[in-house]
Amino acid sequence: MNNEQLTLLQRIIKGKWIGKGFLALLALAVIWWVGGKALQSPPLFFQQIINGIQLGFVYALIALGYTMVYGIVRLINFAHGDVFMFGAFVSFFSVSQFQLHLWPIKALPSLPPALGIVIGTLSVILLSMVSCAILAMTIERIAYKPLRDAPRISALITAIGVSFFLEYFGALPFVFTPNFITYKRPFDIVTWYIQGGIHRLEAGAEAPPGSVIFSNVLIIIIVVSILLLVGLNYIVRQTKIGKAMRATAYDKPTSRLMGINVDGVISTTFAIGASLAGAAGVLYATAYPQVVFWMGIIPGLKAFVAAVLGGIGSIPGAFVGALIMGQAEVLSAGYISTPMRDAVAFTILILVLLIRPTGIFGEPEREKA
Amino acid sequence: MKLDRHTLGFWIVLIGLIVLIQILVSLGILSPFWETLLKIGAVMSIVSLGLNLIYGFNGQFSLGQWGFYAIGAYAAADVTYRWTQMNNASGLMVLLLVVALVGIAFFLTAKLVARLRGLDPLSAFALYIVAVLIAAVIGVQLGRVLIAPATQILSSLPPNLSLQIVYLIAVLLGGCLAAEVSYLFGLPVLTLGSDYFGIATLGFTIIVKVLLDNSDTLLGFEEMKGARGMVGIPKTTSWLWVALFLIIVIILLRNLLHSSHGRAIISVREDEIAAKAMGIDVAQQKTIAFVLGSFLAGLAGGLYAHINGFLHPNTFNFIKSFDPMIIVVFGGLGSVSGTIMAAFTWALVLEGFLRILLPAGFETWRFVVYPLFLLVMMLLRPQGLFGGFEFPYLRQVLPKPYTPKTEEQLSLVHAIEEASEGD
Repeated sequence: MNNEQLTLLQRIIKGKWIGKGFLALLALAVIWWVGGKALQSPPLFFQQIINGIQLGFVYALIALGYTMVYGIVRLINFAHGDVFMFGAFVSFFSVSQFQLHLWPIKALPSLPPALGIVIGTLSVILLSMVSCAILAMTIERIAYKPLRDAPRISALITAIGVSFFLEYFGALPFVFTPNFITYKRPFDIVTWYIQGGIHRLEAGAEAPPGSVIFSNVLIIIIVVSILLLVGLNYIVRQTKIGKAMRATAYDKPTSRLMGINVDGVISTTFAIGASLAGAAGVLYATAYPQVVFWMGIIPGLKAFVAAVLGGIGSIPGAFVGALIMGQAEVLSAGYISTPMRDAVAFTILILVLLIRPTGIFGEPEREKA
Repeated sequence: MKLDRHTLGFWIVLIGLIVLIQILVSLGILSPFWETLLKIGAVMSIVSLGLNLIYGFNGQFSLGQWGFYAIGAYAAADVTYRWTQMNNASGLMVLLLVVALVGIAFFLTAKLVARLRGLDPLSAFALYIVAVLIAAVIGVQLGRVLIAPATQILSSLPPNLSLQIVYLIAVLLGGCLAAEVSYLFGLPVLTLGSDYFGIATLGFTIIVKVLLDNSDTLLGFEEMKGARGMVGIPKTTSWLWVALFLIIVIILLRNLLHSSHGRAIISVREDEIAAKAMGIDVAQQKTIAFVLGSFLAGLAGGLYAHINGFLHPNTFNFIKSFDPMIIVVFGGLGSVSGTIMAAFTWALVLEGFLRILLPAGFETWRFVVYPLFLLVMMLLRPQGLFGGFEFPYLRQVLPKPYTPKTEEQLSLVHAIEEASEGD
């Protein structure tokens, strides 16, 4: 059939115009809704955007662990969110029980106090990262490795089981207790507000109406996340283990033939992903200063959605997806209703799977025999 | 139906058990606590059978069963609530017409989509959404008109009888509503790979829970009372009702699985590509299994809502959605008898005995022990606790192997055997 002979109906079908129109309507509705609210009160809107960036960077750190593990073993590591929770608790204990963040000031009194706090905070984060890496490697060794050749669903159910175990073991009265615990930050909070320039907000003072406020928590989250992302990119792109990881993700049997220790590589991947989640746990707890045993579930699931949104297996994709998720969550919580943010997150997931299952940066998956 | 020894034995034992329990309940030997547990066991059997159909027989890892259960529960509860507390059939008629019209809309849209060849999935989904919206609006308007006559007719009956009728229709409508939602939801997500499907369905459960938390403000159902919990639902579900539904579900599943449709559903689990090569419409089989499984979940939800007369969104928390999953895994994937036994064991032992026997602190240990069991099961006994045991009545009768008769057929079989040995 010639192109000229196509009827209007066939053209509509061929151009997928019905679906495109549906999406356009949906996008217009969202823009109308958010734009209308933003015009009502621009400072509030910018405040939401800043909060969203803060959340998005934390999600990015968690999402990287999901995307790396999925890229290599094709397993949705449900327990990842609970590793994140574990990281937050480790930092909670190291700060409030052992005063780890004060060691530079105690050990080297001559150090300038600001530098001492920075080093102390970094060591708190480092401790959480290391303990999460050890936890994840243990989980991988005990629960996932024996199931490597089993059907993928068996491994997924096992992952759910591990996640439950970590949560409810944490809920036991002598472990983390089932209560909300107030988190003590390793540093004092400093707040600024923007209104025709950046001003320092004195402690206890109210910010003037119509201003946008941000604190050093935001700066720390952004700086730490970017440092970790650069470090991760270096490991994956430049080092030998990174090369081995990429090879294993691409083709496991062949990389084994090439002399790569596949089990070791998988173990390392779990460790790297978990250490990022551990850092995210500390940052999340400093931003929202409360820890509880189930705190990892919803951020974990949302980070997974972010990884899918960006294209699972892709590191920049996880980052971009997490930023979008952070914005979506904050805007829906601010402009629709607070509990709706969970519903919106999963609606995004379903839409992504509907429109572009490979995600923003994902490449179409190779058909495997 | 041919009555052989197995069939007769199965039915005698089953009906005998049900009657025995009913007699014990009527005589007061079985306390209400245990009666409730037995009912919950039967309800969980139905939910888990639905999940087993989706996951065990069709191979789709679904975590959405609990969401459909919640939909069925709230829909049915709303209908009977409006009948008993507000004395009108508003919920009944509106839901009936919405369900019926949406069903017709699905049917017509499916015909239309089949005629428009080469339509991409997104466009098809958009068409379905538009059709459902139109049908639902018409259904609500038409239903309003019919409220008064329906109320009159039902009020003229004896009150107990009319309540039972409303209850029965409500439970069935709850199931149908869940099935229709699952059809719409399954359109985009059923084509995904198994673990993406799991996450999408988990997301569905979370969305349903969030919506139920805000059912009074966001959805506009005042009587559901959102996160405060819905009270005042009539406690109509008796042991005989759940037993009756369980029997119907067992017959339904048995006959489905023994039919060629059932074999097609199972073949999708075994190997999608091979099934496609055999001419099986994989997408259709997945949809059938998913919709039917969700229907069972909605049905069970309706039954559950009328056991305690109280519903709370926390009952439908996604953490609890792993309960049917655990039952199905323990009972054995693709085993009907195993699922039923595991569901009753779950209800009686975990919810009953252990709660009475063990000290109060056990509650905190429960979810520590569960996952460990699950891990050990996955590692050591992936075929389930009962190891694929099936009552003879439910066991699948496979077609007899082909026996060649003539010389020509014999030589053909030999040729095929030789060819397959060459691999």
